[in-house]
Amino acid sequence: MTTDTAIIDTAGEIRVQDCYQCGKCTAGCPVAGHMDVMPNQIVRLAQMGMEDRAMLSESVWLCVSCQTCTTRCPKSVDCAGVMDAMRQLSAGRDAVAPAMRNTLIFMRAFLDNIRRNGRLNELELVGQFKTAGFFSSLSIPFLFKDAMLGPKMMSRRKLRLLGKKVRDRAIVKRIFERCHGKTADTPLKKDEQ
Amino acid sequence: MARIGVFTCWCGENVARHVDIEKVTETVAQMPGVRCSINYKYMCSDPGQAQIRDKIQSERLTGLVVASCSPHMHLKTFRKAAQTAGLNPYLVEMANIREHCSWVHHNREEATAKALDLIRMSVEKVKRDHELVPIRVPLTRRALVIGGGVAGIQAALDIADAGHEVALVEREPSIGGKMAGLSETFPTLDCSQCILTPRMVEVGQHPNIKLYTYSEVESVEGYVGNFKITIRQKARYVDMVKCTGCGDCWNSCPIKKNLSEFDCGMGFRKAIYIPFPQAVPARPVIDRLACTRLKRGTGCGLCEKKCQAKAINFADEDKLVVEQAGAVIVATGYKLYNIAKEQDNAQLSGYGEYGYGKYKDVIDALQFERLVSASGPTGGEIKRPSDGKIPQSVVFIKCVGSRDNAKGLAYCSKICCMYTAKHTMLYKHKTPGGEAHVFYMDIRAGGKAYDEFVRRAIEQDGAKYYRGRVSKITEENGKLIVRGADTLAGAPVTIEADMVVLAVAMRPADGVHALAQKLNVGYDEFGFLSESHPKLRPVETNAAGVFICGACHAPKDIPEAVAQASAAAGKTLVMFGREELTREPEIARINEQTCAACYTCVRGCPYTAIERAETLTPKGVHVKYTARVNEGLCMGCGTCVALCPSKSAELEGFTEQQIYSMVESLMT
Repeated sequence: MTTDTAIIDTAGEIRVQDCYQCGKCTAGCPVAGHMDVMPNQIVRLAQMGMEDRAMLSESVWLCVSCQTCTTRCPKSVDCAGVMDAMRQLSAGRDAVAPAMRNTLIFMRAFLDNIRRNGRLNELELVGQFKTAGFFSSLSIPFLFKDAMLGPKMMSRRKLRLLGKKVRDRAIVKRIFERCHGKTADTPLKKDEQ
Repeated sequence: MARIGVFTCWCGENVARHVDIEKVTETVAQMPGVRCSINYKYMCSDPGQAQIRDKIQSERLTGLVVASCSPHMHLKTFRKAAQTAGLNPYLVEMANIREHCSWVHHNREEATAKALDLIRMSVEKVKRDHELVPIRVPLTRRALVIGGGVAGIQAALDIADAGHEVALVEREPSIGGKMAGLSETFPTLDCSQCILTPRMVEVGQHPNIKLYTYSEVESVEGYVGNFKITIRQKARYVDMVKCTGCGDCWNSCPIKKNLSEFDCGMGFRKAIYIPFPQAVPARPVIDRLACTRLKRGTGCGLCEKKCQAKAINFADEDKLVVEQAGAVIVATGYKLYNIAKEQDNAQLSGYGEYGYGKYKDVIDALQFERLVSASGPTGGEIKRPSDGKIPQSVVFIKCVGSRDNAKGLAYCSKICCMYTAKHTMLYKHKTPGGEAHVFYMDIRAGGKAYDEFVRRAIEQDGAKYYRGRVSKITEENGKLIVRGADTLAGAPVTIEADMVVLAVAMRPADGVHALAQKLNVGYDEFGFLSESHPKLRPVETNAAGVFICGACHAPKDIPEAVAQASAAAGKTLVMFGREELTREPEIARINEQTCAACYTCVRGCPYTAIERAETLTPKGVHVKYTARVNEGLCMGCGTCVALCPSKSAELEGFTEQQIYSMVESLMT
């Protein structure tokens, strides 16, 4: 067994070796129809120590963590947990399916936003996401994609010009500090997620 | 003065590789009481045994230690050799220097030292052995078979045909069991009833078989060769002798809407009914919970008025009957795992996601059997339960409950792969253009002509097999939406079905645990009865004289259940072929002189083998009360020895003196 499988095993005491590939996870997955690699195949790759392939799938970023797979698994394998571990591995190594690059950028921008404000500042997020995305893709159309949504959202009060910050940002900072350093290659334990 | 012979075996290389045999032989020869010490390559072989016999006679040995393998392996062999040479066989001890020594210790010096210790202990023990004589127990040559399914029927007929009397106890009003309700059987597709009902009739008419239907075993007393079984005959409210089975009663009964147990709830029966037309005995029974007369104590009574034979008896009560038997065969069969409803066991949970019980067209495999059966509620037409339409698309789901640790059952139910293939065939044959979809995890079709049968369902009859489980079933516009996976194609699959058939796990029948406790038979974590040895004693149990066969032991199909039933009958007949039974004499004895009659042992004995007894003078005057061991029942476990506060209980062949001397020999 490779060390990578060990990472998954310690992640949330997920026993990937228990999986007998019945496919019930895939059967119940609401987004399996959009996935390139089926949930049961992700678990299979993890079982065989082939995380490199699993984390480069689009599926791990399409997973919505609804936990249906974990709930119905006849062998009590935490399939959603495997997905989570793969995302963390992918983020930590900055290795991601090309089509999902922007998703990873968005996630990072989102978390960074939360870390600094304690809550979401939508306009700032848009700025962060577009900037980072532009430097990654060097695509001008990307910069202006969805721009027309701005006024609509503004009119419905979904986008504030001046974002508010939470009062006690020290606590938020501490949460991030606790997680930091562990996110790189060691996924978090259950209670910390 | 003790004259002990020690015979050390090389076991080829098994012992000799790690134990210095020559050193052992020489050292042992110096032990006090040892008259001769020799070694040989294979002590169990003919020349090896010949040496033992020769030494017993030439050295006039008073005891024997064979240092070799486990007593499980060869104690009987060496005891027999001793007996042939005129030495009491219970003066033979074995020192296990293979399993306990050479197989687990690979340091030659240490292994040799341990072998010496083991032999030293055995020498001390054998010095204190007494001559023992096997216990003889008289034998009743009658058998009791519990359960009247195909296994019970087979076992009863085999024993009865051999000329011995059999009492067959069946809980339901008719024998036939689950098999009587099946449609056709794999892998030949012959009609289940056509092959079973003649056997049922044979049981009903056999002069050697006494049939107790609608009866249960109340209690069991006694021991191998001499069981005394009390049977509760439930009140049937119909006189079995007077009744002619004409049917006037059930034709006149106005209480019609009772779900038929035989039809697995797919059809109805009257309050007075026979389960199915071919029932044996063909005598009706009144459902005391459904009958208005029995519920209210007055009114109705139509059946009584119509019965010309005057066989209806509303005042009928449960009766207790006592049967004597030398052997008991348990063939209580199986029930299906409960898919959606409350579970009888806290470790199990149901399949809410499949909607069984919520959607009428989600049925279990036995219900489907009734739908396909010519004797079933639809006369063999496959009509779905909700609206009676013929389903154009049926989904079959395997491993429902089985192999599902999260629901509590880890085992494979073994027969579902085969009957699901059969179901698809029967459905395809009866519904031209119909689609049969099967969700499976693995196809387990080991058996004569079994895999060919499954391939036929796929290749010739066109059943579509998907390798994957189903996650959820929902209902939309009268269609069942089945969401499954095809792991071979690597894609989720959604099928709109008219009906869903679940291949549900097999579990041991209700009440089998209470019965097992009455018989002192063990069962596993899933409740299946335990055999004595998984390979070599597959129909015996740890309770002497109690045999098991059929699905009470593990999930099995008909041929296997029948084969096992004949095996159980064979074992019974082997027992009945003897003059009397002999039992090993290594059992507990109570010293009645010192026994204080506290009866701690009576309460502690797991085999209820110790009785309260009274000591009388030859003239019949009371002396004292004591505990006394029943030789027929005692298994020699030694619980009483450990419990007895006055040290009055001893285990023959394992006395405290012997055990202490063994320990002491290690200390010096």
